[in-house]
Amino acid sequence: MVHGEFWTVKELFVLPNEYIYWSIQIVMYPFMTGLVAGAFVLSSLYHVFGIKKLRNIARFALVFSFALLPAAMMPLMLHLQQPLRGTNVLMTPHFTSAISAFGIVFLTYACIVASEIWFVYREFFVEAAGALKAKPDRSAGENLKLRLYSLLTLGAWAIDEEALARDHKAVTILAAIGIPVACFLHGYAGFIFGSVKANALWMTPLMPVIFICSAVVSGIALCILCYIVTMEARKFFLRRRAGRGSGNLSVEQLRGVEANEVSISSRYLLTFMVLAITLELLDVIFRGYTAVKSWDILRQVIYEHDFVKIFILQYGVGNLLPFVLLLLPRLTVRRAALACLLVLFGVFMMRWNVVIGGQAFSLTFAGFMHYHLPIIPHNLETLKEGFFGAVAVLATPFVLFFFLNKILPVFLEEKAH
Amino acid sequence: MKNHVWRPLWVVIALVAVILTARLFIVPEDFGVHDSGYMYGWYRQGNLAEWKAPPGKYRHDGECGQCHDERAGALASSPHAPIVCENCHGAAESHPEKPGKLTIDRSRALCLRCHTPLPYPSSDRSKIVGIDALEHNPGEECSMCHDPHHPNLEEM
Amino acid sequence: MKRRDFLRHTMVVVAGAALPATAIEWLDPRQVAASQADLRWIFLVDTYKCVGCGFCVKACKSENDIPLDANVTRTWVERYVLTKDGKVHADSPKGALEGFTDERIDLGHLGKEAIAAEQIQQAFFVPKLCNQCENPPCVQVCPVGATYKAPDGVVLVDRNWCIGCGYCIMGCPYGVRFFHPVHHVADKCNFCYHRLHQEKKTACVGACPYGARRIGNLRDADDPVTKTIMTQRVGVLKDEFGTKPQVYYIGLNKEVR
Repeated sequence: MVHGEFWTVKELFVLPNEYIYWSIQIVMYPFMTGLVAGAFVLSSLYHVFGIKKLRNIARFALVFSFALLPAAMMPLMLHLQQPLRGTNVLMTPHFTSAISAFGIVFLTYACIVASEIWFVYREFFVEAAGALKAKPDRSAGENLKLRLYSLLTLGAWAIDEEALARDHKAVTILAAIGIPVACFLHGYAGFIFGSVKANALWMTPLMPVIFICSAVVSGIALCILCYIVTMEARKFFLRRRAGRGSGNLSVEQLRGVEANEVSISSRYLLTFMVLAITLELLDVIFRGYTAVKSWDILRQVIYEHDFVKIFILQYGVGNLLPFVLLLLPRLTVRRAALACLLVLFGVFMMRWNVVIGGQAFSLTFAGFMHYHLPIIPHNLETLKEGFFGAVAVLATPFVLFFFLNKILPVFLEEKAH
Repeated sequence: MKNHVWRPLWVVIALVAVILTARLFIVPEDFGVHDSGYMYGWYRQGNLAEWKAPPGKYRHDGECGQCHDERAGALASSPHAPIVCENCHGAAESHPEKPGKLTIDRSRALCLRCHTPLPYPSSDRSKIVGIDALEHNPGEECSMCHDPHHPNLEEM
Repeated sequence: MKRRDFLRHTMVVVAGAALPATAIEWLDPRQVAASQADLRWIFLVDTYKCVGCGFCVKACKSENDIPLDANVTRTWVERYVLTKDGKVHADSPKGALEGFTDERIDLGHLGKEAIAAEQIQQAFFVPKLCNQCENPPCVQVCPVGATYKAPDGVVLVDRNWCIGCGYCIMGCPYGVRFFHPVHHVADKCNFCYHRLHQEKKTACVGACPYGARRIGNLRDADDPVTKTIMTQRVGVLKDEFGTKPQVYYIGLNKEVR
């Protein structure tokens, strides 16, 4: 079987070489980079615009954004027919191609986030290294930690007021630069699709903008959701250690902090949701109104074949329902969590409907292709580009975040207050 | 610059330097902008020679009759004259060195490529005689009765 | 302190200058399309002459080592049957590798559709292959420079450099590209580039019994193919994309996709 043949079913007049070549991993890739961009924007709302109430979720979002980066690269490595040559994109980039931007934009963004994290955590590195140095009997693990933290200070040990003020300023500048770069990281993904004139569904100048807006939506939603989950976990453990009070915030205080930040973040989520859905509806309406040659087949794909996926799942469950949930008065943390989960589902469906939907019709405009996601793999190809490959990509950032949190603890507000 | 804020930048510059150095070793010398400009001509020039190198498989030179004069002669005066020998016998390559013997495709399916009648008056296809594959000796090789080099039974 | 500052400044200058210096080779402004002045390959398809035998597809696959049992092909033939009710029925079973041996139209997983002979208004065959466009969108979107336009106009793929992202396949409006099942890189018709440089015609041109396929040189005014496209009414496929395809068709019906 040739690549793509296993999961493609052809109907009516389809050209011999047409298969669904860009399958689940290409759906995952913009989804993951969207989470990266959105998480960073959320973090920048605090660092750049000084919305103080978002301080804690901002740190969380920043570190999570960093954990998402390797996970964003995974779908591409799993999709490439020659993954070992992936570095060719950095070696001989052909800048007339949107995909060539990947190497440089990705690295630039990684450097900005890493640098910003360094400035945010430098004080912590210095203090942690100092505390470990002061300790007389160190275990092997602690020695390693000491070395790591010392290295991470990059030799900048000063944590006086002036040095910290400089750190702050650097963070602000980096966060400000980072916003357009994060937008570019995801906008270029939209450009990858929007500039393909051969594909009647993808070709629209709105595509990069739609992608950026829905990326921000997904990033904010993910951060709210993860923030809620982690706070709930912390409350749970706090309750368990009720006797051993160590000056940590009490459960009540945590609840207050959590509800406030969730509420404010949700407002921003709603704003971007409105923006994203407006653009998408504009695209569909325009297509129907102008009714060019491709409209006949696109209409069949959008309103017949993919009706449920687009209108029920993406617009209904993934947009309208969370919209209502977030707007109803007296927003509870639980309701916000549900809404965010639905929003993430909606954004995922949007990626699916664009990537798979664009390959649901033939270049002949007289045939269709149906995609069947391989669930149980029977070879490497159906594993990499199947259900479990997608799950691996989804799980990776959380695994990475778990380990990152050990070096860059996200919840430092005990000291800050 | 006493300011420690520049330190991450040094790290980034070092990373970029590593990448650019790697490029010097990994990217082939002949990779660059050639002829058709950057948009259409960004490639490794050595690849052109790689594509020109392989020997052709089909000869398509009409020289089969040099040795196989009887068959070629019969074919030339038959309705099958336009069909090149290699269509049914496979690529000649450097025959008779390699392959020593060409295959003879006697399958019914081969003949049905043209001789399945298709009712298309606006195409030259309708000028080719056809058979009802289910009625006319179904399952039998056409060459059992029709010599492909002299297919017309009436003239035999 | 002064020495340290001096060293620091020098480092910055050297680093700053080294970066663009190493990058500059790809900014080399040899932008002028100084493609070969005397050779530009073009192709001519006569849809009146094609009978749908599929020998061209078989010859192409054999010549270019595309496995016969793989459902991808560098060239194929489409069948169009236009019925009196105004409907268009089209198919290309296995790309016409085995010709068209069934009157019924192949509808993929929907099965086959029988069409009564008396309902047929007109029907014809259309061979297709890579158009070797003058403005190839597939080359534009290759992120690594693995596909390119050779000086004589043929678009080639560097098998040793292609990363297999598939962007070129998505970028082609004509559907001529695919992933090679053995080499796992992008592949497509390259006008039998190895044959052209040995003064041979492409495998498909040689195999066609009725001369429905012909190849020529646009820059040679005496080339019979060039003369045909200059003097006869010829068409090209999907020219609205601005690709400037170089495969010309005689008898191109408006229903051809």
